[in-house]
Amino acid sequence: MSTVTLVHNRIHLALHCLRDGSERPLLLLHGLGEQSPSAAPDWTAQWPGPVYALDFTGHGHSTVPIGGGYSAELLLGDADAALSHLGEATVVGRGLGAYIALMLAGAQPASVHGTVLCDGPGLSGGAIVPTSTSFVNIASPYSAPDPYALVDLSRDPRPPDYSVLFTRLALDHSPMAEPISVATIVRPAWLAAVANEVGVVERSLAASLVAYARD
Amino acid sequence: MEYPGAQAPDRERDVVVGGVRIAVHEWGSEQDDPIFLVHGGFDFGRTYDVFAPLLAAAGWRVITWDHRGHGDSAQCALYSLDADLRDMIGVMASTTSRPAVVIGHSKGGAMSVQLADAQPFRFSHFVNIDGLPSRRPMTDLAAHERTRMLSSDITGWLHHRRISAALERKPGTLDGLARRRGKQNPRLSVEWLRYLVTVGARHDDDGWRWKIDPSMRHGGFGPWRPEWTASRLPGLGMPFLGILASEQEPMGWGTTADDIRPYLPAGGRLELFQDTGHFVHIERPNETAAMILDFLDRGR
Repeated sequence: MSTVTLVHNRIHLALHCLRDGSERPLLLLHGLGEQSPSAAPDWTAQWPGPVYALDFTGHGHSTVPIGGGYSAELLLGDADAALSHLGEATVVGRGLGAYIALMLAGAQPASVHGTVLCDGPGLSGGAIVPTSTSFVNIASPYSAPDPYALVDLSRDPRPPDYSVLFTRLALDHSPMAEPISVATIVRPAWLAAVANEVGVVERSLAASLVAYARD
Repeated sequence: MEYPGAQAPDRERDVVVGGVRIAVHEWGSEQDDPIFLVHGGFDFGRTYDVFAPLLAAAGWRVITWDHRGHGDSAQCALYSLDADLRDMIGVMASTTSRPAVVIGHSKGGAMSVQLADAQPFRFSHFVNIDGLPSRRPMTDLAAHERTRMLSSDITGWLHHRRISAALERKPGTLDGLARRRGKQNPRLSVEWLRYLVTVGARHDDDGWRWKIDPSMRHGGFGPWRPEWTASRLPGLGMPFLGILASEQEPMGWGTTADDIRPYLPAGGRLELFQDTGHFVHIERPNETAAMILDFLDRGR
């Protein structure tokens, strides 16, 4: 495994190359509190191109910033930095990474050649109505995974209509016929809304990768 | 530089919250009961240099702070409303463990609504100055138009994130910075804006620069809905005074009294300042302070 460091504002992001190759890359986005795998997972064996994995801010080997302040939109910036480095990619996201993968598919539809949304930690997000939020200050220093990331990103609101906006951006502007694949068993409200959009397909991770490797 | 009625804080101190250094400014005796002033987005604590001394002169210990990335507080890698609220709790807890008066303006008002709901034990009274977001016009747009606007917002934001590591505030003359700020504060006098430069900017060899973190920018996108703030109001239990401005401005929310009245908490007051813009306490400091002091006296 080799690692390159990407700069996203004041964060240094670790983008790991888990397997070399010359075809279109596969980019893996981990779940909340996880980090990139140390080797290409078995399920990537049939993927024809290289396999990369990104450590989000506060996770794995990426910077753990002081004082928290996480949002899904910040992590979209992380994923965008990785995509910018790779040029184009097929993206597989787990849990929180699935939500970010969806946002990336909508934000960069010309560069994301297929997105697979998978179960994993941080899939649901927080309440989608105003709640009496709890606030805890954590004394520094702390190490990855950043406890503030675990707090902030386990409760970020994900209204279904917001995730649908990203879905429609991907559907409307991607050159692919089926740019979003939902492979999860669990369907929080935001993901159920995504799956209901015409053009979004529901199929397994393995079937999705076969389809995207062909396109 | 002097400005009529403006007074530098009597005391300055730092509070470290979760590793982030927050600059705190105080007016009045430390023995008096505290009032916390919460500034708006892209402002800083010393925008209260005229308003805070009026409250201190009435026998209050007035405390404000620069939000992270603003004024003299630390610049951070990450910014969010929750992070600002954690910093606010740190400043309040460093001052008192008893319920206190909170006055929030603009974004500081919206922040304070959320904290008043989450931690009501920190509030004895709550005054919100033009910081009550309401339903935004965007919700009336057709779906395809909302999608197009989101796409434009995302593109702009991601571009900013790609270049933000190397960004620096543009240097200029004192008058130049005042003119730039005047675009966001069109109703405020040139004299006031010039004064703000001297307390909110730093003077480098190549000119003046606003202290605010250059990685921060106006606008953006996210799931947050302005109406979520209003929906927290009815449940507030502390005495509440809402102040709205009649004139719309670039930094304001565009909220009207009719937007807010249905959400007022029991016994809450809503006052409208006519012919006044978003920065009510800067345009009309004496009347605003008098109204608030009267509200506090009645609640004591």
